[in-house]
Amino acid sequence: MIRSITRQKSEQEIDHLLAELGRLFIIGCGTCTTLTRTGGEPEVRAMKGRLIDQGRLVTGDVVLPVACDNLTQEALKEYGQQIGQADVLLIMTCAFGVQTIASQLKKMVIPALDTLFIGKENGIGTFDEICTQCGTCILGETGGICPVTSCHKGLVNGPCGGTNNGKCEIDPEKDCAWTLIYNRLKELGRLDSMRTLQKPRNHQGEPSPGKFKF
Amino acid sequence: MVSLFKQALESGKFVVTSEVAPPKGINLEKMHHHIELLKDKVDAMNVTDHQSSVMRFPSLGGVLLVKEMGGEPILQMTCRDRNRLALQADLLFAASKGINNVLCLTGDSVLLGDHEEAKGVFDLDSSQLLAAIRRLEKGKDLGGNDLDGRLAFCAGAIVTPEANPIEPQLIKFEKKIEAGAEFIQTQAVYDLDNFKKFMDYARQFPVKILAGIILLTSAPMARFMNKNVAGVNVPQELIDEMASAPKGRALEKGIEIAGRMIKRIRDERMCDGTHIMAIGREELVPDIISAAGLTSDPPLPLRHHDIENK
Ligand code: SF4
Ligand code: SF4
Repeated sequence: MIRSITRQKSEQEIDHLLAELGRLFIIGCGTCTTLTRTGGEPEVRAMKGRLIDQGRLVTGDVVLPVACDNLTQEALKEYGQQIGQADVLLIMTCAFGVQTIASQLKKMVIPALDTLFIGKENGIGTFDEICTQCGTCILGETGGICPVTSCHKGLVNGPCGGTNNGKCEIDPEKDCAWTLIYNRLKELGRLDSMRTLQKPRNHQGEPSPGKFKF
Repeated sequence: MVSLFKQALESGKFVVTSEVAPPKGINLEKMHHHIELLKDKVDAMNVTDHQSSVMRFPSLGGVLLVKEMGGEPILQMTCRDRNRLALQADLLFAASKGINNVLCLTGDSVLLGDHEEAKGVFDLDSSQLLAAIRRLEKGKDLGGNDLDGRLAFCAGAIVTPEANPIEPQLIKFEKKIEAGAEFIQTQAVYDLDNFKKFMDYARQFPVKILAGIILLTSAPMARFMNKNVAGVNVPQELIDEMASAPKGRALEKGIEIAGRMIKRIRDERMCDGTHIMAIGREELVPDIISAAGLTSDPPLPLRHHDIENK
């Protein structure tokens, strides 16, 4: 299962974003941000409480089942009046949800979260970014581990000089992707694949902006 | 025009390189002073490229100054700050100014430097940059277009002989050679018996190897490097030796150790030369060179077959 991974913006930043704005309506999401505890029921409640304590006017709140779904508009219908009274929507969904809501309601939106990456759940409560949709997949040459995503520098020809005891130069808690790839290829008896000099990557492989129609 | 550095590498002599770091700002006095001190004592000097991702005066500007002052510069180029257009353009510019030695590096993460929010580019990596140079020399750019005018570089790269794990590092090393590296300057080595083992392996490749020596300035500095610098491993005996120096004499001790190591590398003909890094204390490099017993005139040339016969 893949999830949109988010982190709540600092209270300071949220207060700054809301500074000039009056009444607000808060929207959370029952899917990813509930799972990551950044925009589910408890977090929406806490946000509402904090803002009311500051003397702000909150016209209402809701946690949508799936904020990025096109049915969001329907789901929000019954809150039409409360939303209508609000000057701004404070949204505690990932940025996919924020954009869906903004396009459907034609109201100013303020994201309360930062969307970090699309992650795969690897064990309860841990998510890893394993693909950044580069458009030119090279997993076939790396034993199924993505260096474009897992290597901090996106290197495709082996480790940089900063690799240290199998960890990345930027963080001793993060594995060096190229140690992982080396170990995997060795296990598979396919180190020859790592020895092949890879050409510079096509950085336009991912259409920007991406658009697709069946 | 064949570079003097390349000639030195091919002469079979024990090659000595060092490095100078451009300033933060435009006051070039200190770099000027270091170049003046070093230019006749080393075969070539690297000019570092935003070392440790700290924004500085550009390496391209630094190599021009070295050249202007009569030294032999090696342009360090990282792939962190420029995409393939900018890297190729800078290589064309360098070639047009008679700068024809390049050290190709991937570059540290921007997170390690003083502009932590900058974009790390890494459009190419060190081996792809080497391959790009070889392609420019053939008269084509990376887009496959013809170039007007010939150019030639003496291109090199780095290796960390003490990397852990070592195998992925060696695969990368071999790819750099395949991509066109003619010389390799190593990360600092302190355990020369280990380095010898690395050379037993490395000698099979058609590449000149200069052993990296970083001047130890104190025992805490040595411990700091062990803890924080990837692939640097100062053995306990050397740390103890640094600690044993009388108060205020640690630097002398460091110079003595560096000199002793270089002398042993040369006497035992472990590799083709040395790359001396005196991070921030470049003015001490001449002392290290004399402590190693190397004079500015080339000492007894080390012939290639001597290496092969060893
Ligand atoms: S190579 Fe590209 S498409 Fe393949 S896993 Fe990595 S980012 Fe995704
Ligand atoms: S240490 Fe490994 S993962 Fe980190 S940037 Fe270097 S090669 Fe990539």
